[in-house]
Amino acid sequence: MSVPNTVGRKFSEALDLRITDSSLRDGSHAKRHQFSLDHVSSIVAALDEAGVPVIEVTHGDGLGGSSFNYGFSLTPELDMIRTAVKTAKNARIAFLMLPGLGTKDDIRAAQDAGGQICRIATHCTEADVSRQHFGLARELGLETVGFLMMSHTISPEELAKQARIMADAGCQCVYVVDSAGALIMEQTYDRVAALVAELGDDAQVGFHGHENLGLGVANSLFAARAGAQQIDGSTRRFGAGAGNTPVEGFVAVIDKLGVKTGIDVKKIIHAAEHVVRPAMDGECLLDELSLTMGYAGVYSSFLKHADRLSKRYDVSGAEMLIRCGERKLVGGQEDQLMAIALELVEEKANA
Amino acid sequence: MPKLSAAIVGSGNIGTDLLYKLQRSDLIEPRWMIGVDPDSEGLKRAKDLGLEASHEGVDWLLAQPEKPDLLFEATSAYVYRDNAPRYREAGIKAIDLTPAAIGPYVVPAANMDLNLEADDINLVTCGGQATIPIVHAISSVVSVPYAEIVASVSSASAGPGTRNNIDEFTRTTARGIEAVGGAERGKAIIILNPADPPPLMRNTVFCSIPEDADTDLIATAILKRVDEVAQYVPGYRIKSEPQFDGPSDVNGGQARVAVFLEVEGAGDFFPPYAGNLDIMTAAATRVGEAIAFARVGEGRNTARLGV
Repeated sequence: MSVPNTVGRKFSEALDLRITDSSLRDGSHAKRHQFSLDHVSSIVAALDEAGVPVIEVTHGDGLGGSSFNYGFSLTPELDMIRTAVKTAKNARIAFLMLPGLGTKDDIRAAQDAGGQICRIATHCTEADVSRQHFGLARELGLETVGFLMMSHTISPEELAKQARIMADAGCQCVYVVDSAGALIMEQTYDRVAALVAELGDDAQVGFHGHENLGLGVANSLFAARAGAQQIDGSTRRFGAGAGNTPVEGFVAVIDKLGVKTGIDVKKIIHAAEHVVRPAMDGECLLDELSLTMGYAGVYSSFLKHADRLSKRYDVSGAEMLIRCGERKLVGGQEDQLMAIALELVEEKANA
Repeated sequence: MPKLSAAIVGSGNIGTDLLYKLQRSDLIEPRWMIGVDPDSEGLKRAKDLGLEASHEGVDWLLAQPEKPDLLFEATSAYVYRDNAPRYREAGIKAIDLTPAAIGPYVVPAANMDLNLEADDINLVTCGGQATIPIVHAISSVVSVPYAEIVASVSSASAGPGTRNNIDEFTRTTARGIEAVGGAERGKAIIILNPADPPPLMRNTVFCSIPEDADTDLIATAILKRVDEVAQYVPGYRIKSEPQFDGPSDVNGGQARVAVFLEVEGAGDFFPPYAGNLDIMTAAATRVGEAIAFARVGEGRNTARLGV
């Protein structure tokens, strides 16, 4: 049996796919935002050496995310960005921002700190809140990426319309973001294909996966086949929920299929084990809570909050997450986890 | 007895909801509704209710021989920035429902009496109206070095004004938390949720407080303040007892209190889920009535004011 055509569209002459490592941004959730500058410099150095072309560095919830609601950063994120920029020899440094949380001033400050790629995320039905931020980012000469979060919640056609809003606002690559790790391969394929059909040459398409159903690598492969030119991962899965698509795992798979990413397979495997893993508090696991997130379609960043609150209030973390799914909470509503925990406490008292 | 005459500029959803509230007022009579779109539903509705309505904008209003005693601005921050000097020139007192933040901030349950004399009063934002009274209640008991609010509103209730200028919301709300709420530093977060049926507006207030603060005193002040807001926003309520946490790394080493609020709208024009819009028009009505009460003096039915 022959392996099917693996890459729908090439990123560039040199690269079939461009990989962005998000361990220093999505991994911030798993680390409860307690990165030190040593973590930043050691991880950036190792990923850069392995040939990872883009490294994202920010608080897990983007610029301005350091807060009571999401958790305060140990290290100011602009210092993290500056250290990453100083450390990287070849990699470009990206940062994330969420309109409604961060502001245009944060984008300016991140660029001043050396950030080169501005990634702007909205819930997948709310792309129009990002217009002013894409406009500014392009005006400043930043490369732009758009994140349509919780992409599993709407149809490929609706998603494509939202992608069009971002592209028209100045976004150069729109990502299908599987924030809940809830997409199953063909669903990923259909969404990416719908965006490719809608955007044509106006903007590239990307995919950002989570492992909450254990499908990060498989989904990323399907995304590439559907025409995605940029793929996110986090080395050693260092991300929210059960973690992200492991960069080393995905690169190993597509290298065997002859796809060029510019990343040295042996070096990234080594970096995952000997540099990234030691910076983590623990492995990102497909355990009760993270699998519940994939199954119930819950935003991956809720994991550590649910875990902490379930212990504090002696209620079931899995039950909390199921309610998040039922209420269709979106990214950013971390405050509602405590409200749900308090409801469970009250129900227990009345039972 | 004479009521103060009022114009509503902006014939969209907010302006229409405000019109219904003002029509019930004993102190204010809405007389003019101004828009820019000849096909505006809001203008038609205003006409049906007996107002003079025009789609020729503020130019038309300012050309009328009779000027309103009060003007409620329900356009957008950018439009209001252009209009404000013209109102001032014409001697019209304006209550601004946009986040333009030109005039001093007024939040009825926090600083009502302070700025009523100003030509131009700003109502911060919906998230500000819902949360600043609580920050103010806490900061009247203990020092609040930092306060943060999270407002979750249904996508259906977030109009183009909010969507195109979401930074204005976060910035203006944060400033209001500081200037009116009494926190040294403020931060605001807004989340749009598209769930169907649309969820009620939710607000969470986090304040950092001294480690040795008297939590009973703080909780009492919060609950009392919730009742005060509920006097003019009947659907305003607290979801659970205030929650106190000691310092931890994710809390940035600060002790904090968390307050969970919900706002159900009165359903005047908006459906009840749009508590975010209801609290703005309720606050505008409340401020307008306070101004009217101060101007026309005694002899009014002031039972609803409870000033």
